[in-house]
Amino acid sequence: MSDLLTVTDLTVRLKMDSGMREVITGTSLSIAAGEAMGLVGESGSGKSMTAKAIARLLPDGAETLGSVVFDGVDVLALSGDELREHRAQVAVVFQDPRAHINPVRRIDDFMTESLRTLRNVPKGDARARAATALEEVGIDDPAKRLRQYPHELSGGMLQRVMIATALLSEPRLLLADECTTALDVTTQAEVMAILDDLRRDRGLSMLFITHDLELAGAVCDRTTVMYAGQVVETRAASLLHSDPLHPYSAALVDARPSIASTADRLRAIPGRPLSAFESPSGCRFAPRCSFAQDACREHDQVITELDGGFVRCERAIELRGKVREGAHV
Amino acid sequence: MLQFIAKRLAMLVATLLVASFAIYGALYLAPGSPIAALTGGRTLPPEVMAQIEARYHLNEPFLTRYWLWLTAAIHGDLGESIPLHESVNTLIAQRIGTTLQLVLFASILIVMFGVSLGIIGALGRGVVDTGVLFASTVSAALPAFAAAVILQFIFGVYLGWFPVLGTGDGFVDTIKHLTLPAIALAATSTALVTRVTRTAVREELDREHVQTAVSRGLPWSDVVRRHVLRNAAIPITTVVGITIASLIALSAVVETAFALNGLGAYLVQAAQNKDFAVVQGISLVLVVAFVVTNVVVDIAYALLDPRVSLGSRAQ
Repeated sequence: MSDLLTVTDLTVRLKMDSGMREVITGTSLSIAAGEAMGLVGESGSGKSMTAKAIARLLPDGAETLGSVVFDGVDVLALSGDELREHRAQVAVVFQDPRAHINPVRRIDDFMTESLRTLRNVPKGDARARAATALEEVGIDDPAKRLRQYPHELSGGMLQRVMIATALLSEPRLLLADECTTALDVTTQAEVMAILDDLRRDRGLSMLFITHDLELAGAVCDRTTVMYAGQVVETRAASLLHSDPLHPYSAALVDARPSIASTADRLRAIPGRPLSAFESPSGCRFAPRCSFAQDACREHDQVITELDGGFVRCERAIELRGKVREGAHV
Repeated sequence: MLQFIAKRLAMLVATLLVASFAIYGALYLAPGSPIAALTGGRTLPPEVMAQIEARYHLNEPFLTRYWLWLTAAIHGDLGESIPLHESVNTLIAQRIGTTLQLVLFASILIVMFGVSLGIIGALGRGVVDTGVLFASTVSAALPAFAAAVILQFIFGVYLGWFPVLGTGDGFVDTIKHLTLPAIALAATSTALVTRVTRTAVREELDREHVQTAVSRGLPWSDVVRRHVLRNAAIPITTVVGITIASLIALSAVVETAFALNGLGAYLVQAAQNKDFAVVQGISLVLVVAFVVTNVVVDIAYALLDPRVSLGSRAQ
């Protein structure tokens, strides 16, 4: 499989009042055509910033190092019409549809806007395609919905509108940024099922950002785990759960409540999540890691291949198969 | 929508009723008698006084007088000026044109310069924005009477480009005569509209839905026009509407400064002359204009923002 998207050694610094702050350090990941990649990690770990860098939506004054190559094109160097064309090929499904859809324009206008402006599709055709797309995401009476305003639709319905709209412009990569977080649990499941189906039907690649490890495991082929602005592990989604390589991934898996067993309390990772710019030198997870040794804190960790995955931990081989027990100590 | 407008109109009637009562009551309580102005301080025989009082219903109780005035006003008759022996309607009709022209001219200036400068300031950061901020600060600090004097001195006396007094005849001449007054009237409000526009556009630029539009690869001009400006138009319309409504009252100062024969200047003059009927009449006209402008703004607001009319539609 050839890679549709390759992110190599991406470092992002944002302009803050106090100067430039690093939010992502040397992130690398790749997504093949038709592949779904999960991106998990705590808040502030750099998941969303990675997606924003790929879609070129970073805030003004952001500094990027490294490279993002999409279909052979260096994304970070694009500007003007080429940049807009890149954005049209990478559709983003945002977390909060209510904030991300213009409240004063009709659903019709929201859905058909790119088709009309970028692809010169006549209004009638665009509307017909929008109606079909709404049916595909399970919305009844699309003609009526198209005439309505966002505030007249429920959150779950709006997120379906967002997904339908994202697919309408026939993108090649879908960036789903915690697209079900704002919805209630039953709606989450429905929306997720629709997104998964439609993506598979079309053979679309997807970067799926979530806090939910199990959800990532269910819909993604591989999962990348980020911590403090770095990728700490990339592994087949199904294996990450049962056989994680990095102590942090293991701790994340362990922090999940299980439906099968009862526990008095959930296991938490001691300490608090750090951002890239406040992390210590050496292994960034070391202060919270139960396997950390003096050597871990002394030098930066590099990412290495292990058992079909990638891991950023120098003790990974030594700890093979034991990381989950360690989290129990 | 119709229900929304009907509601607004009902509120308009209620507001006018309260305002008319306040206007009439305030003048009733004001010191001085309308007859004093007529007699010029001479003492008249009691029979004559009684005759005059009866003629102008001054001997009736307050509420009766209010009722008589109100019903006449509803029928379009604002009464008679006691000192001038002339119909208030005629007196107002002679002057309302000038005030309307002045306010309209100033409104056009406010919308043209206020909105466009605000947009330029919000979109063009850096030096452009600083320039807009500086200009609007200076302009905001200029009260109408000060602006009037400065404009008269520079453009009227020193450069001699515009006449400084009077109204003028014919379209071009009228425009020429009204240019300086309109600028003086518009100065402070333009600054306010500039500031509000700038903030509104900035706020919209940072909205998530604008990010969505950018993420879809739409041209920047489309993003600005269809999402940023379209949405910012909602707060901007409100401020422009209220500002224009307040110009009607502000026009008194400018009309006096430029010796324009308008309603505002006349209101001040009538108040000094204790011409109660004229003061009541003009006040009522000003209140009607203010309230009607507000209703128009409310309706425009509902047209611009689909979420506003939801309340009435859902019922």
